[in-house]
Amino acid sequence: MKDLHIDKTTQTPKIDFNAKTGQLYLSGRSLPEDSAKFYQVVFNWLDTYVKNLPVSTEVRFKLDYFNTSSAKAIFSIIVRFDELYKKDYPISIKWYYDEDDEDMKDLGEEYQDLFTIPIHLIMQMDE
Amino acid sequence: MESKNISSFQDLVYNFHESVLPLDVKLIYEGEINHDIMKVFTSLTEKGLKAEEFSGQKKVFNVMVECLQNISKHSDCRENVKEENIGNGIFLISNNDAELTIVTGNTIKKEKENFLSEKINHINTLSKDELKTYYKEILKESKLSNKGGAGLGFIDIARKTQNKLSFDFHPIDNDYSFFIMSAKITK
Repeated sequence: MKDLHIDKTTQTPKIDFNAKTGQLYLSGRSLPEDSAKFYQVVFNWLDTYVKNLPVSTEVRFKLDYFNTSSAKAIFSIIVRFDELYKKDYPISIKWYYDEDDEDMKDLGEEYQDLFTIPIHLIMQMDE
Repeated sequence: MESKNISSFQDLVYNFHESVLPLDVKLIYEGEINHDIMKVFTSLTEKGLKAEEFSGQKKVFNVMVECLQNISKHSDCRENVKEENIGNGIFLISNNDAELTIVTGNTIKKEKENFLSEKINHINTLSKDELKTYYKEILKESKLSNKGGAGLGFIDIARKTQNKLSFDFHPIDNDYSFFIMSAKITK
């Protein structure tokens, strides 16, 4: 299946999903007003991906901001990963946050509370 | 329609300027609130507050995004608006040494008053931990609305500002009210 690559904009994140290596990477900011519209493409791709899984999957979230509408979309994305984890498929999630970004760290912890799949919180030092 | 007297505009501008000065108003905007407007104002905030080295800059950005997106999604204009996610409203930022206040106002159908009061009053009763729990609950259970909203906006604003939200309804006519909300960030 094809990879999913979406360039970032000032309102939407960069999406780099590699179907063969299982590297799924989201970065940047997410503040579309209608996140359902933007993320539908992502949901559709993931729904095909789960039927064509590579050996393992590593997900990395490196977001510096997302609005509440995106928070819900991200939740729906992680639901899919959680399902895979519960079926013993090797999948891991890394959640990056900047050293001075307590809010992003808190959000990562909140997603941890909501799911079975471990979400590894990783602090990035400021340059 | 009669043409407006130039001096009445001049009076308006002068009186307005004088009235907002003592309130430390940094920005005030009345008009259409769409996605582009949100982009402009949030980027202004990012630049403006960087200069001040205000550590809550990101919070302000956050709160602004949520407030503006609320207006553009939920404002019930009295004229026919065909496009999605465009609402009319008023948006104000006041900033001084002690606090930064964001005030929004928009027209709503009267029937929304109960829902809004109950929701905001409820949020105002919650402690920091209770807000966190409530946020997670809604995150889990809500579905993205047809306007792309998650029902989390007010909760998020309350969490970020760590203050109660104030609000009021001014009656316009039988069907509509003007909903005013303010969120305050204490420095």
